[in-house]
Amino acid sequence: MGVELHEVSLSYPGTDLVIDSLTAQIDDGEFVAVLGASGCGKSSLLNMIAGLLQPTSGWLEVPQDGAAFMFQDANLLPWLSAADNISLALKLGGYPADLRDARVAQLLNLVQLGHAGQKKPHELSGGMRQRVALARSLAQDRQVLLMDEPFAALDAITRDMLHEELRSLWQQTGKTIIFVTHNVREAIRLAGRILVLSSHPGRILETRRISAQLRNDPAQAAALADELTTILRKEQRKHERTSAAG
Amino acid sequence: MSALAQQASEPTVKADKLRLPKTSLDSVLAPVITVIVLLSLWQIASWAVPIRSDLFPGPGAIVAKLPEMLDNGSLLGAVGTSLFRALSGFLLAVLIATPIALLLAHQPLLRKGLGPLISAMQVLPSIAWVPAAIILFGLSNATIYMVLLLGAVPSIINGLLSGIDLIPHQYRALSQVLGADKRQHIWHVELPAALPGYVAGLRQGWAFAWRSLMAAELIAVGGSLALGVGSLLQRGRDLADLPLVILVILVILLVGVLIELLCFAPVERKLLRDRGINRTGGKNV
Repeated sequence: MGVELHEVSLSYPGTDLVIDSLTAQIDDGEFVAVLGASGCGKSSLLNMIAGLLQPTSGWLEVPQDGAAFMFQDANLLPWLSAADNISLALKLGGYPADLRDARVAQLLNLVQLGHAGQKKPHELSGGMRQRVALARSLAQDRQVLLMDEPFAALDAITRDMLHEELRSLWQQTGKTIIFVTHNVREAIRLAGRILVLSSHPGRILETRRISAQLRNDPAQAAALADELTTILRKEQRKHERTSAAG
Repeated sequence: MSALAQQASEPTVKADKLRLPKTSLDSVLAPVITVIVLLSLWQIASWAVPIRSDLFPGPGAIVAKLPEMLDNGSLLGAVGTSLFRALSGFLLAVLIATPIALLLAHQPLLRKGLGPLISAMQVLPSIAWVPAAIILFGLSNATIYMVLLLGAVPSIINGLLSGIDLIPHQYRALSQVLGADKRQHIWHVELPAALPGYVAGLRQGWAFAWRSLMAAELIAVGGSLALGVGSLLQRGRDLADLPLVILVILVILLVGVLIELLCFAPVERKLLRDRGINRTGGKNV
C-alpha cells in the first residue's frame, strides 16, 4: 500500500495556508520526489504524512504501521554511538532484544559503515552521519520511507555517492520513498516521478514521470532540469512579490 | 561499489582532542600562579602595614594555626561532620528535586504556578531560613537539613528544567517517528538529552547546598548539634581569633572547590566530550 492524499490543506495558527487542497497518490514501491522552492510547504507535507502534523482539512491514508522518516540533518542522538542509534530504533519498534545486535551489524554493512558502529555522531563526517540516519530509518522496517532533504547539507561528491546508494537500496528493498528536495537534478536522478509544488501555499503544479532513458541521457535530463528550474524560479519570484506586498 | 569503498575511507572527526593538553596546563597553572602571587602580596602587606598582627595576620600566621587545629582534632572532625551533612543533604535534595522537575516539565499549568516561586526561592539567601528552622526544629540536624534543602532543591529543579527546555524540537519528532511512548521518550531521549543542563543544575545545587550549610552551622550552634566547619567560624569570632576565622574560611573554600573539581568538573567534561562539544579554555569567562 502506498500513500494517498485527498484535498489536504494545512495552516498554522494565525498564518495563511501552507498547503492548499493537495491531492496525490503515491503507489506502493514508487520513488517520488517532491520538488519545490524553499518555504513552499514540502517539509510540512512530509510531516503530515509522518503524523507529526495534522491536516487542517482533507484526509490522507498511510499504511497502518506509519512511515519511517529521515531528517534533513541526520538528527542522531549525540550521546549514542552509530550502532546504538540504530539499535534504539529497533528497540522502540519492538525488535527482539537477542536479535538486535545482528540486525544492527547488518544495517551498518548495508550502508557501508560496518567499521564505524562504535563511533559517536560527532566523530563521523556529514555523509557518514546521513548513512547512519538512513540505516536507522531502514531499521524501522516500514514500507514507506519519508526523506526530508537528507542530502542538502552534503558536499557534491558525498551526495553523488549517496544518490547511487539510495537508488540501489530502493531497488533492493522495494520501499515506497517520498523524497523532498529543492534540488532539481537530485529529483531527476533519484525519482521515478516528480511532483512540483507551487510556492506558498503549496499545490501540485506539475507532475513529471522520469524514465530510465531520460535519467541516463544527459541532454534530456539537462533539458528537463532547465525547464523545472524555470518553473521554480517563477514560483519563487511570485512568492517574494507576495511576501513583499503583504 | 568503488565509490562506496572510497566513502568508507572518509576521515572521521577528532577535533575535540586537539587543544586538550595546552588547555589543561593553562587551567591548572593560571590559578596556581595567581594564588601564589596573591599570598605573597598578602604576606608582604602584613609585614609592611603597621597594624597589630592579631588584627591583620599574614598567611604565615594562618598556616601556623593549622598544626594546633589538627592536633586537637577539631578541624578534621568539623570538616567530616560538615562534609557528611553536605553530601547526604545534597543527595536528598537530588532525590526530591529530580521528580519535581520532571513533573513540572510535563505539567505546563503546574509549572506556570510553581515556576516563579521556585525561581524566587533560588534568589532568597538561605540564611533567611535559619531562624524559622530553629523555631521549628530547635538546635538539631533537622534545622541544618531544612536550610540546606531549601538552598539546593530550587537550583537542581531549575537546572533540569532548563536542560529539558533546551532539548532540540527535532528529538521529540524523532521519538514520535520511532514510535516511542511517553515513558520511552523520557527515558531514552529526554533525560539523556537534558543531562548537561541537569549536571549544571547539580553543580549549582552543590554550591548552594554548601553555602546554605555554612550559613546554618554558623547560626545554629549548640544543643544536640555536632560541631561543623561553620560553627568553627563562630568559635573563632567568640575567641576574637582572626587567624582561626581565616583558616576556616580557607578550608570552606578548599572543600567546596575540591568537590567541584573532583566530582562535577570531570563528569561535565566527559558529558561534553561524549557529545562532541568542545569547550576551549579561556572562552567561557
